[in-house]
Amino acid sequence: MGMAADSEFHVLAVDDSIIDRKLIERLLKTSSYQVTTVDSGSKALEFLGLHEDDRIHQNTPSVSPNNHQWRLQEVEVNLVITDYCMPGMTGYDLLKKIKESSSLKNIPVVIMSSENVPSRISRCLEEGAEEFFLKPVRLSDLSKLRPHMLKTKSKDHCKEQVDEKTAFPSPKQEGKEEQQQSNNNKRKAMEEGVSPERTRPRPNGITSVV
Amino acid sequence: MEVVQIQRRLVDYTKSLFMEGFLDGQFLQLQQLQDESNPDFVVEVVSLFFDDSEKLLNELTIALDQPNVDFKKVDGHVHQLKGSSSSIGAQRVKNVCIAFRNFCEVQNIEGCLTCLQQVKQEYYLVKNKLETLFRLEQQIVASGGSIPMIEMGF
Repeated sequence: MGMAADSEFHVLAVDDSIIDRKLIERLLKTSSYQVTTVDSGSKALEFLGLHEDDRIHQNTPSVSPNNHQWRLQEVEVNLVITDYCMPGMTGYDLLKKIKESSSLKNIPVVIMSSENVPSRISRCLEEGAEEFFLKPVRLSDLSKLRPHMLKTKSKDHCKEQVDEKTAFPSPKQEGKEEQQQSNNNKRKAMEEGVSPERTRPRPNGITSVV
Repeated sequence: MEVVQIQRRLVDYTKSLFMEGFLDGQFLQLQQLQDESNPDFVVEVVSLFFDDSEKLLNELTIALDQPNVDFKKVDGHVHQLKGSSSSIGAQRVKNVCIAFRNFCEVQNIEGCLTCLQQVKQEYYLVKNKLETLFRLEQQIVASGGSIPMIEMGF
């Protein structure tokens, strides 16, 4: 499965269970993605630069008045993968908020759940989730993620050419740019899951039965 | 004891845990995620499971001991325990949790108390087994050997 530099993709994983966070982080890193994990939907929105109680203000930096860099390029989120059942904001609530946000709606969202409830699944897919994974999530499930992330990446390239031409940029392209708006300071408070070194471990399939 | 003998013991012991239903395929998934760059992954995740579970079992005991049991709260804890046991492949614990949740749903206190006892039993059993497994692995590594990957039929 020779994946090229997928470490260019950054996934935000949301789960209130510390065990599942550790698992999903390992799964994602094994698949060569950069990972940030948070333990709640509200922290996820904060990380994405959106406050629950107010809409995103393009001209107002979210928190620090000294921070002029609220349109950061560095940490872009290419996909959000979230647990469904969480206290407070559920994964579904988070999905809705992301899809309702002009700046975030293009980020692909994947839902994970330990419960196989057809109505739940269809609800999430209708709300715009790209995939619905049953827990425990396996490595093979993650291979479904890449196409969704590639889609948004290629939109980025298109944007440069189209921008000058269109008087009314389509919401999708506009959204991608604003997606990068974020607050660096906030991130430090988050549970840090991004590792600077790009390890690309592959499970060594040594199957020597003694 | 020679490394080869301990390795054999480990393989046999691990297989028995699967045969007896203590562990399921998810545990193998965990092992596959472990490698040279993350050599302690399984132990780390399982340790988190131990800590989390013991907290949950305490909370369950307290919650079920109340004069007016809050079944929603109890169900919440069991749901968490079910999730984490499922995530590490602790099959028997997970199965008791499923029954436990059914009793919560119909607010059957006796059923819940029985399940609490059962889940504690299963938890301590699997904890014991996993600790034995890790000890065997440590012995192998300490003797300079490598931990064999288990090939299971499923």
